[in-house]
Amino acid sequence: MPRMSADIRHRLRFRLNGRAVEGEAEPRMLLTDFLRHALGMTGTHVGCEHGVCGACTIQIDGVPARACLALALQVDGADLRTVEGLAPQSGRLSELQQAFRRHHALQCGFCTAGILMSLDWYLRDHPDPSEAELREFLGGHLCRCTGYTPILAAALDAAKRMREAPPDA
Amino acid sequence: MTQPTDNWIGQSIERIEDDALLTGRGRFIDDLGVRPGTMHAAILRSQHAHALVRAIRIYRAVESPGVAAVLTGADVKALSTSLVAGVRAPIECWPIAMERARYVGEPLALVIAADRYLAEDALDLIEVDYEPLPPVVELADALKPELPALHEGLGGNVASDRSFRYGDPDLAFAEAAHRISISVRYPRNSCTPIETYGVVAEYDPGEDAYDILANFQGPFSLHPVMARALKVSGNRLRLRTPPDSGGSFGIKQGVFPYIVLMGIAARVTGRPVKWIEDRLEHLVASVCATNRMTTLEAAVDADGRVRALAWNQIDDVGAHIRAPEPATLYRMHGNLTGAYDIRHVSVRNRVVLTNKLPSGLNRGFGGPQMYFALERLMQRIAIELKLDPTAVIQRNLVRAEVFPYRTATGGLLDSGNYPHAVEVALKDGGYADLCDRRARSRKEGRLYGIGCTAVIEPSVSNMGYITTVLTPEERRRAGPKNGAYATATVAFDPLGSVSVHVASVPQGQGHRTVLAQIVAQALGLAPRDIRVVTDMDTGRDAWSIASGNYSSRFAAAVSGAAHLAASRLRGKLARIASGQLNVASDQIEFASGRAKARGNPDNSVPFERLAAATHWSPGAIAENDQALRETAFWTPPELTPPTPADEINSSLCHGFIFDFCGVEIDRVTGAVRIDKYVTMHDCGRILHPGMVAGQVTGGFAHAVGAALYEEHAYADDGSFLTGTFADYLVPTATEVPTPLILHLETPSPFTPLGTKGVGEGNCMSTPVCLANAVADALSLELIDIPMTPTKLAALIEQDAARRV
Amino acid sequence: MKPPRFDFVRPETIADVHDVLAQDGDEARIIAGGQSLVPMLSMRLARPKVLVDIMRIPALATIAAGNDSIKIGAGVTQTALLAWPGLSARQPLLAAALPWIGYAQTRSRGTVCGSVAHADPSAEIPLVLLALGGTVKLSSLRGKRLVAAEEFFIGMMSTACADDEFIEAVEIPTARPGHGYAFREYGRRHGDFAIVACAAVAGSRALRFVVGGVADIPAVCDLPNTDGAALDDALDAVARKLDARDDLHATAGYRRRLVRELGRAAVEEARRCRA
Repeated sequence: MPRMSADIRHRLRFRLNGRAVEGEAEPRMLLTDFLRHALGMTGTHVGCEHGVCGACTIQIDGVPARACLALALQVDGADLRTVEGLAPQSGRLSELQQAFRRHHALQCGFCTAGILMSLDWYLRDHPDPSEAELREFLGGHLCRCTGYTPILAAALDAAKRMREAPPDA
Repeated sequence: MTQPTDNWIGQSIERIEDDALLTGRGRFIDDLGVRPGTMHAAILRSQHAHALVRAIRIYRAVESPGVAAVLTGADVKALSTSLVAGVRAPIECWPIAMERARYVGEPLALVIAADRYLAEDALDLIEVDYEPLPPVVELADALKPELPALHEGLGGNVASDRSFRYGDPDLAFAEAAHRISISVRYPRNSCTPIETYGVVAEYDPGEDAYDILANFQGPFSLHPVMARALKVSGNRLRLRTPPDSGGSFGIKQGVFPYIVLMGIAARVTGRPVKWIEDRLEHLVASVCATNRMTTLEAAVDADGRVRALAWNQIDDVGAHIRAPEPATLYRMHGNLTGAYDIRHVSVRNRVVLTNKLPSGLNRGFGGPQMYFALERLMQRIAIELKLDPTAVIQRNLVRAEVFPYRTATGGLLDSGNYPHAVEVALKDGGYADLCDRRARSRKEGRLYGIGCTAVIEPSVSNMGYITTVLTPEERRRAGPKNGAYATATVAFDPLGSVSVHVASVPQGQGHRTVLAQIVAQALGLAPRDIRVVTDMDTGRDAWSIASGNYSSRFAAAVSGAAHLAASRLRGKLARIASGQLNVASDQIEFASGRAKARGNPDNSVPFERLAAATHWSPGAIAENDQALRETAFWTPPELTPPTPADEINSSLCHGFIFDFCGVEIDRVTGAVRIDKYVTMHDCGRILHPGMVAGQVTGGFAHAVGAALYEEHAYADDGSFLTGTFADYLVPTATEVPTPLILHLETPSPFTPLGTKGVGEGNCMSTPVCLANAVADALSLELIDIPMTPTKLAALIEQDAARRV
Repeated sequence: MKPPRFDFVRPETIADVHDVLAQDGDEARIIAGGQSLVPMLSMRLARPKVLVDIMRIPALATIAAGNDSIKIGAGVTQTALLAWPGLSARQPLLAAALPWIGYAQTRSRGTVCGSVAHADPSAEIPLVLLALGGTVKLSSLRGKRLVAAEEFFIGMMSTACADDEFIEAVEIPTARPGHGYAFREYGRRHGDFAIVACAAVAGSRALRFVVGGVADIPAVCDLPNTDGAALDDALDAVARKLDARDDLHATAGYRRRLVRELGRAAVEEARRCRA
């Protein structure tokens, strides 16, 4: 069992938005810093670095997770998704992203990526949520701009459209 | 003059900003690259609220891996001067502690290293010898002469004590049927944007000039403060802002001392220096709102008409009177009578210092503190006179016929129909039903209450209002300060496409979209044809001290300036077109991307051709019609300096808000549930309804936080208690309900588009509306916010004990 | 807020874990989900010499249903346990308490055993473990031992786990016939630390009442199986005996009030579930 020394950087490899990436990190490097500064994936933001605000939420192995609460080396071999991978293709927004734009569910946009990654997972698992259920789930995110009302409207709208979409859309 | 025909203003178009923000392509300060060799800063902060700093031993930190420099107060003092303090007094205000630390979190030393991890390693190695001093923590402590003065030059902790008189308040009180008063305390809180402060600073020794990028929101009246501190002329401090800023709500005004610090760090190390504030730093040492103690007395007629107000306000600005303080206390000075027609006012304003974080801009800026007192008092008046609170409000409102209305303290209310707004709100919001609901709930033994409040929301600050704190003689000597220049540039390029540039520094308010709507409408184009830049560069842009995004000035001032610039260019293009189309210029319309002769649409020319014409054939165009670019500078004449009688029109525009709500308090837990919240807004002409709704719901959420959850709390020894988001409780979607928003639009006669600001209103109205409702539910005379379950449960228990 | 330096090991077997702990003792910290540990590292409140990541050990990632207990390995996340089929039937108290832990976005990586090891006074899983009389399986190079919950939690964030040991699993008794279970919690916001949390286990003769969030460790009380005013008095006595303190979010008096009120609600619900 190799002991990765504190003083040097160690190789890690994982999948990010469907593609293989690799890099090096010291054991103490936070996943947020690795994504943003080693890989240049600055869409994931840092709001508190102690897991409360939710701005850094990404998906690790299919579930939402706080990137600020993970060390980069912990995700070696894992399957990560970030906001940069949310759109189905360049120039086309996902149903959820379009709903956010339609309902003005973002203002400064700093908390938005985290909320999108959370909702993307949630709506897959819960395609027909009530407003109360959504409010409870979104309790894991802080937004200081919108007051949450348009975010809920966007999420409910997106959920409805996704339910009603033809199966192969 | 020609009139535009495409109607973009007033539509909720999708925002231009959103595509990038939704796909992770935002350009916030920490997303931008930096120059190779850029170093990173970490700050050692005081552990004590009040202490002499006997020694700071940095020798081990200096040797720590990757460290380029360690700076302390002496290093900063050698290269800068004190920041200007807000009052005339022999005191200093440095961005780092010198021999004395005056608040927990105050910077003591700066480490500059290859990355933030290494910089923090070095912080661990710095040793500080403190000699603790008795802390002055509570506002009341600042009035105690036996406690130490934070700044010897002041001789005590009262930094300013000014009294004002308007009309004849003594007579009004003597004649009053009733004298009713209230004492309230307003706590500290902060809007805590999700993105913290960021600074990237460079210094060029050859030119003795600083080049600094920071997510500073303005006001740029702080630019001269920073330049003076850095000992350079204004043109040697180039201050730039990043394209995106993650919210501010006033808080990013307070990054300016850190701009000075990082500038000096860059100078000392000879390298660019980057600092991204972390959340712990942000909570303890950015800025927050002042806490305030107010006693307010009213002279009231038997029918509830208020004849006079006697204000006694004490504002706690924390450990330094850091610019722009004491602005929090004077921002509302022209509006001390709120929405009411009250002609006699006396004011005593004191500014005190305590060993807490220095205060600054925070959404509402002085309004929440002021209205908490005024509107709690209006409820007390209703209760004592056994009238319905809405009736007392109605009886006192400024009437519709009198606008523009000069308030007793000098404010000029531009437009409105307050009584009508209240009537519509009560009807469309269902006030009568809510009263029924309260009656039914109470019959079932539940704790249900209703509160209401009327508030004037000022916008577009008069940059001279802060001089109200000076005496008329001091003002005369210093020279007048007033006005609020807004600037906007509209330009055409050689392909005839349109660019707009404003010094507006948005932090999420969709300026690029709204400006595209305004300019598109003026020029007969579509918003997607207009490219807007809102980031700021003092080295290149048209700017003034009022530049920046604060006091909700965008809709009124900046939009107006953009409209003026676009309109002037349209006039020039019309004259250029008149030659080509052979009709008089006032017969030319701009629509759908073309300039057309009225009544003969086939006689037209593409917009781009006209717009490019000045580039390609300037000789064919009259000099006055050159249409390359137009910069509009706009400052409204209504924003005059304070008069010798201390009257001040502190803001240009005034929106009106009337709120009412129903709350229920859980008997067991003491938790407040907001059952219904209605908010009526008259914010003048609405440019983009979706965005206005977002400002209202956003402000409402901040206010629910202030009312029920948030407090910047200190222990008796001055240690800071709410240092993480686990303790400073920002409400989430689970805690913030959706308010019912109603609108009226009475345009402002003072702005080019008839718009007013709308960004801060609910921060002023909602906390006191909820407090009034809780007071109603529990029959309380006094109530402090935040109204936490533990506080309310204790009151319920006391009440139950009394009844037994 | 960046962590201090530490070495990192990623064992693949339990024996590997034993080796590191034997070697580094109290300078080693186990990291599972990291939801509690990483913020402590970032705030430099924890400064281990080596971090031991146990999330790649297959033997630890299992939930096993025994005859009368559920065995939860150290690698099992809170979300995985919540999603385990039959959880509410087998142990309704766990099913009721788990959704109160943090947020959905932290339960996805936070582990059940990690919460036990962290032993926060207001944490839900230690409270449930005590209420149900669960056991903690500790293992080291020296061997394995089972420690009953009431001996495991010894103080605020302090457990009987020795420096060279780690929690391999916890064992939680399944619901007993003729017993009812209930859980109640009050916090300022849904994901916040509990101001008061409590669990009630009602049997035919016994009534166990466990309160967390008030004292350094959850307090386990076996109450008289009474009702009405006598129950109120018993709950009141529990409330008074607890070492409740004032803090930023609640006064001692408020906590005692919640103990009485939430306690009553929990007891009543547990009794209803018995029926």
